[in-house]
Amino acid sequence: MIYLDHNATTPLHPAVFRAMEPYMREQFGNASSSYRLGRSAKSALEASRKSIAGCLGAQPDEIVFTGGGTESDNIAIRGVAHALRSKGNHVITSHIEHHAVLNTCQDLEREGFRVTYLPVDSGGQINPDDVRSHIGAETILITVMLANNETGVIQPLSEVGKIAREEQIIFHTDAVQAVGKIPVDVNELSVDLLSLSGHKFYGPKGVGALYVRRNTPINPPFTGGHHERNIRPGTENVPGIVGLAEALLLATGSLPEVAQKLTGLRQRFEATVLRKINGVQINGRSAPRVHNTSNMSFQSIEGESILLHLDLKGIYASSGSACSTDSPEPSHVLVAMGVPAGTAQGTIRFSLGKDNTDDQIDYVMEALMEITARLREISSVRDK
Amino acid sequence: MQGGRVSGKNRGRFIMEKRTGNWQDLYRKEREEEPKLPEGPILFYNDLVIDHFTNPRNVGEISDSDGYALVGDPSCGDQMKLWIKVKKKKISEIKFRSFGCPGAIATSSMVTQLALGKTIDEAKRLTDDDVISALGGIPENKKHCSLMGINALLAAIADYEEKRGRANPREEEL
Ligand SMILES: Cc1ncc(COP(=O)(O)O)c(C=O)c1O
Ligand code: FES
Repeated sequence: MIYLDHNATTPLHPAVFRAMEPYMREQFGNASSSYRLGRSAKSALEASRKSIAGCLGAQPDEIVFTGGGTESDNIAIRGVAHALRSKGNHVITSHIEHHAVLNTCQDLEREGFRVTYLPVDSGGQINPDDVRSHIGAETILITVMLANNETGVIQPLSEVGKIAREEQIIFHTDAVQAVGKIPVDVNELSVDLLSLSGHKFYGPKGVGALYVRRNTPINPPFTGGHHERNIRPGTENVPGIVGLAEALLLATGSLPEVAQKLTGLRQRFEATVLRKINGVQINGRSAPRVHNTSNMSFQSIEGESILLHLDLKGIYASSGSACSTDSPEPSHVLVAMGVPAGTAQGTIRFSLGKDNTDDQIDYVMEALMEITARLREISSVRDK
Repeated sequence: MQGGRVSGKNRGRFIMEKRTGNWQDLYRKEREEEPKLPEGPILFYNDLVIDHFTNPRNVGEISDSDGYALVGDPSCGDQMKLWIKVKKKKISEIKFRSFGCPGAIATSSMVTQLALGKTIDEAKRLTDDDVISALGGIPENKKHCSLMGINALLAAIADYEEKRGRANPREEEL
């Protein structure tokens, strides 16, 4: 099996599993209980909070544990919009956000908020000047992702952050695809809120965090007990949180090495594909990207067919994002980048991980050459 | 396994086992079993569909065809071209090319296999359901793909009939 879908999810790091294990066995206490079992759960929880804060340049009390990236995005966007409703009703986001953000913004529109979706250039980046020109008296929130899940393109957030700071507008970023892959510092980015998710960097699924800068107005969407500063009530998922913290420590520690390795692997992969297969374009290649993602469009053949052939050869990749496999529409991200619909249809996202090897990439290359030749032989589209 | 739900066929078995006392183990077993090809709207194809996808029958073009059609599915952008040759009112040769998903390629291939050797009248009566059942079923969300092949076949036949009508108007009445 060759797994090249690390933007969908990653395997659990064995050291992460080992860190989590005691909290699923003997240390099973509820972190809110005052006896010793509870206290040790509580101290593991707080130690995790501190180490995650440390990895992001944040303060421990600014970290709120959640049930993953989708939940972090929802709490941030709904929370701020509802808290500031009396101040204004305008939200700025981009066309290329994950559905966790896009559909949440659309929900706000149904509630009467006005949402601006920023365009991107052909490289897949927003223009910070567009942010500035759309800010009005009613603007209460800017939410723009840090790295795109389909193309890996990194957005110019420091500049957006400066603008948000000058204009005193709350700024959230969905950093789910960036954390663990590039250094992320909440102060360098000038963000007020930042979403991350454990399973994207060899941590457990269903656990994530939301960074919430002190004094950020937030109206929590859930009600319940007094956990996580009331922002996310519910008994804390201690094993998951311990795993999240350990995974982030490991990813942050090995980041330069892994980045270097994957940069080399991807460079070789892309150069070989471009040399050996005709009619391929790599989307977002002109922009800065996280080092693991390669989004390739193959002319005159269709992505799902490529994907099934790859699957039959034991190679796992994805057409666009995992969430869109059920809908035949071309990816909203590629459409926003101006990729023609026919080209977008033949798109495969390869997302590499720390354990992929040169030999695997060679095998995938061979497979791709065979598959594209075969599907083009069948294809009714005869251009280029 | 879809959301750990007990599939339709197994439900009866579970209810029975529930009376006998070890139904919990059945749920556990279902969780641990090799993932099956589930019913419902998921992207899984059976072996015959995969066979037609990896080794599609009758791929190619006919330069001196008697009927030709190009059809597309506007909902997904997929596209198919189909050529037929007719001898003694029978489809004596049929070729296709498809740009599309595995469902489109496999159903295109099956359409050509079903139509080959049939009379024009028989071929006209083929439906997308015939194609799907000849393939042993395809996932729910892929059913529309089989329409493309049928539409291409009907359009190629219409093209043939129109050309023939024009070339030999009286033959129509025979
Ligand atoms: C950019 C982005 N945001 C949010 C999510 C959702 O995260 P989760 O799966 O943890 O809910 C994902 C991944 O699916 C993602 O790629
Ligand atoms: S999705 Fe378009 S024909 Fe299958």
